[in-house]
Amino acid sequence: MAETPISRGFKSRRAEQTPKDRLPPGQYVTTDFPVLSAGPTLQIKVENWTLALQLGGSLLRQWSWAEFETLPQTTVKTDIHCVTKWSKLDTTWQGVTFDDLLKAAGLTNPPEAYIMAHSDGGYTTNVPVADLVGGKGMVTTRYEGLPILPSHGGPARLFVPHLYFWKSAKWVRRLRFMEKDERGFWESLGYHNYGNPWKEQRYDGD
Amino acid sequence: MTETVTASGRRLDWQLAQVREIAVETFRVKSLLLHVPGWQGHLPGQHVDIRLTAEDGYQAQRSYSISSPPEEELLTLTVEKVDNGEVSPYLVGDLRARDQFELRGPIGRYFVWTVATGGPLWLIAGGSGIAPLMAMLRHRARQKARIPALLLYSSRSLEDVIYREELDAMASHDPDLRVVNILTRKQPTGWAGPRRRIDKGLLADACFPPSQSPKIFVCGPASLVEAVSSLLVELEHDPLAIKTERFGPSGAVS
Repeated sequence: MAETPISRGFKSRRAEQTPKDRLPPGQYVTTDFPVLSAGPTLQIKVENWTLALQLGGSLLRQWSWAEFETLPQTTVKTDIHCVTKWSKLDTTWQGVTFDDLLKAAGLTNPPEAYIMAHSDGGYTTNVPVADLVGGKGMVTTRYEGLPILPSHGGPARLFVPHLYFWKSAKWVRRLRFMEKDERGFWESLGYHNYGNPWKEQRYDGD
Repeated sequence: MTETVTASGRRLDWQLAQVREIAVETFRVKSLLLHVPGWQGHLPGQHVDIRLTAEDGYQAQRSYSISSPPEEELLTLTVEKVDNGEVSPYLVGDLRARDQFELRGPIGRYFVWTVATGGPLWLIAGGSGIAPLMAMLRHRARQKARIPALLLYSSRSLEDVIYREELDAMASHDPDLRVVNILTRKQPTGWAGPRRRIDKGLLADACFPPSQSPKIFVCGPASLVEAVSSLLVELEHDPLAIKTERFGPSGAVS
């Protein structure tokens, strides 16, 4: 575009500037935790919850809630960035890392390079395995020390905080290994396939 | 639910929007009628990102729903002033006709409805959440579609009802459209309409039953959307037929 128009009289109303290395371009800091979902909040009882690890159509491993709770727990404190522009700093999440899930499933190496996460209600999102291993991705069950509320994706939410937060799928139930990358729900509806907030990859073509 | 849409890969570039007109909707809501040269068109329910640049170079981005139908030449954004907000007080209070800012879109291909989607069309709005639903109703009216439609619209008071006259006129000329205003805090003398927050009784009575498979769109404050969409599921509406958009104090609109 030729020239950026200046909005005279418009100025930052932020009391203190967040350090640049904490806030990706186009984002602003919020202190509350907005809920954004494409449909109704699902109420999932942990008795009925399982998490499955799949390769193509075959089941590699499945955990009940009770079994999942016995897996090694990891707690992380990090920032989250929603594509709708809000970022929330210093949020604390607890769950099981993707690395520990692989280990618990008896896998020394991930069998394919891509994951499709499937949620109750039909939501899907695709994530490269490289963005899940090495402690980068988890399946979380606690937020700030408490069970994750259904509206925020409880009982269990995929957690990939270095990508826009739609990749951290609410109500996650299945992680399916794929040989080739396929697009998930928002990725098929005009949103970016990868979603790196630091490169502002919000929409297709960004 | 996963649609196999081929990604276009076309970049959504920032475009220049010029304010042609500003319409006062309520004491805290205005509609910005924008001329966007080369606008590629949109579907009812979609939104845009806007970017404001201050004199010192500071930039802020926000998302706003489009309230105009695709049939209209100017693009309309309806903005509610959020107290302590950064962008909306500027848009509602300071922006003038002929001012310019940057915009890109349209964005979102899920929360959309066209006459081709069919009906019945059931819209449920809270406050400024009416904006994307108004684009659907305006589109439906422009197309003279005889698709049964119902709008449940919750506002604090009669003075807070956005597009009140237009909605009244639309409904009075259209036997297939019903508009139900709900006033939760203050009602004028003799008000015969609902005066409580949208509850199960209201959603079960005189609305489309699940057997008619209505296309349902719920938009408004997160608390209203959470409550209404959960009640609709309890009433056995298909969860996949309920599309939601939540406006939080710092969600999609601020």
